[in-house]
Amino acid sequence: MTTLPEPVERLLDAALVGELTVVDGTGHPVTYPLIPLYDGERIYMTSSTLFSKKLEHIKANPRVAVSITDPVAVGGRTDRATIQGDARVMEEDPHGGWERILPIWEKKEPAIVAFLKARVALPLFFERSLIEITPRRSLYWSDGDAAVAPLVAVAEGNGKEAA
Amino acid sequence: MAEPLPRTPVLDASEGLAKLATYPFQILAFIGPDGYPVSVAVEATTDPASGVVSFGAPAGLTVPADADVSLTGSHIRPQPGYGYDERRHVTVWGRAATDGGRVTFRAARAWGWDESEVSFFEYSERSVAQSRRYFDALSAERGTPVKPRLSFGWLALRTTRLPFLTATFVPVILGIAIAARQGAFDLVTAVLTVVGAAFVQLGLNVANDVFDTVQGADDANVTPTQFSGGSRVIQYGLVSLRQMAGLATLFYLAAALIGLLLLALRGSPALLAIGVIGFIVSIGYTAPPLKLVYRGLGEIAVAIGFGPLMLLGAYVVQTRGALSWEPFVASLPIALLVALILYVNEIPDRRSDARAGKRTLPVRLPKATVVNGYRAAAVASYAILVGGVAVGVLPIPALLALLTIPLALRVSRGLEPNYDNPYGLMAVMGVNVKLHLYAGLLLLAGYLVVLIAGAIAPSVPLFLR
Repeated sequence: MTTLPEPVERLLDAALVGELTVVDGTGHPVTYPLIPLYDGERIYMTSSTLFSKKLEHIKANPRVAVSITDPVAVGGRTDRATIQGDARVMEEDPHGGWERILPIWEKKEPAIVAFLKARVALPLFFERSLIEITPRRSLYWSDGDAAVAPLVAVAEGNGKEAA
Repeated sequence: MAEPLPRTPVLDASEGLAKLATYPFQILAFIGPDGYPVSVAVEATTDPASGVVSFGAPAGLTVPADADVSLTGSHIRPQPGYGYDERRHVTVWGRAATDGGRVTFRAARAWGWDESEVSFFEYSERSVAQSRRYFDALSAERGTPVKPRLSFGWLALRTTRLPFLTATFVPVILGIAIAARQGAFDLVTAVLTVVGAAFVQLGLNVANDVFDTVQGADDANVTPTQFSGGSRVIQYGLVSLRQMAGLATLFYLAAALIGLLLLALRGSPALLAIGVIGFIVSIGYTAPPLKLVYRGLGEIAVAIGFGPLMLLGAYVVQTRGALSWEPFVASLPIALLVALILYVNEIPDRRSDARAGKRTLPVRLPKATVVNGYRAAAVASYAILVGGVAVGVLPIPALLALLTIPLALRVSRGLEPNYDNPYGLMAVMGVNVKLHLYAGLLLLAGYLVVLIAGAIAPSVPLFLR
């Protein structure tokens, strides 16, 4: 089981939006704002097939980073974190497979359930793949200031190191 | 297809940089030495004149020199108990140079989305091509077709545009009611007429999607609404073009069979003529060689088809071919109001229609003329109603339909401010559909009053002459 520092987990639990950065086919970073969903072990994000370019990038290169940076999206907290990890695209059933994380999603965005009931109006938006991210390393800025080196934690081990 | 599917809007680098400068902080992203992306919030300063952006190097992290990095601005507004709105984001890329404690780069390219500029629905429509590529790739990977899905009920509703059958039910039932008032009514043929007419409209709805897809109008439309832009089941990959063509054929065959049965049971030259013209107008609405809607005759075709043809057709089935002025006059307000549904629904489609060569009235006319045209046609529909009552062709209770005037006023007032906002216009289009339905139902209610009064108090005069 991977472990993340408790403040990082709290940020993941609170964040209405985070930034997923993937590596594109030319080796450049591409950042997508997405809602992060954390089950205590892995981070999940979903992507509609409409906006599925990121899935192509992840399939080609699973190394990703998720950052939580926006105080507005975390109830005013000023600390920030970035989690690097390995992503897997789960697309066995784009129609309904992603709905297993719906309970976590609904906690952050209650309107999603109402939207889902109106699936007929936006059918392709609800054809989705799940992105499962296994954390490998986290960077944590307790006061959110990048002028100060982050606290780095390696998820696979228990050691914490200064950057 | 007439042209490639529309893509998501593109930003140029300077525009992206200007947008990036409006965010209170930016997320720097680069690829670390271990191959993992690194992302960290920084506060960048931008110089729009030179296109250069700079920020303090984050402590403890090594931003690679002479490598591409990106800065992203992202914004949402939390809505407690709901989620969030005001979504926007922008990313600018450039090749980083480090100088002491600062990192600089010149903006080379940008990408982003702001829902206040491009609505979520339009953004989704512009991204349909990406969804197609996704399913094509997944199908190739699995060696078997993978398609998006909807439950059968929802798919049937969407494919056939079933709720719009009110456009058929109103004139057909009104025609039957007028015949009944004149003493001609047969339940079996009345039911067959309603079902047969419904099949004609279902055939029209589905055929319309087929021919609008073949001719590129639906593919070019990036602002469809629930009232306009077609069912989009073909564009979304939910139903194939071939399946839709088959479905349209089935509906028309069912309608033809019922038409033949009605001819056998209640045949008359009038019914035969109305049936043949109705089929030609229905099929020729979008299909070549007539392509009435592409030639600027769509509104007239709909008015004739869902007005006099439907109403008189239902009437002559009951009267075995006898014609009179009453059903014809009653059909005119209905014809105008149903044409106004199409007319308003064409407003958000006008750009894609123009690209596909569809010469609808909103394509050909300026905004002021279109809005005034609506007002004139709405006034005409009520004037015909009042005139019909005044000359004694229509019964006095038919004036109940005047109760819908406030709805017409709401549509009239809503057109101008929402003319260029397809999603703002949706509510107006909804009221316009209700206007036709409620006017038709109130006309029917008027005839119900006449029928009941005729049964219990035949001496009460319900016509002015």
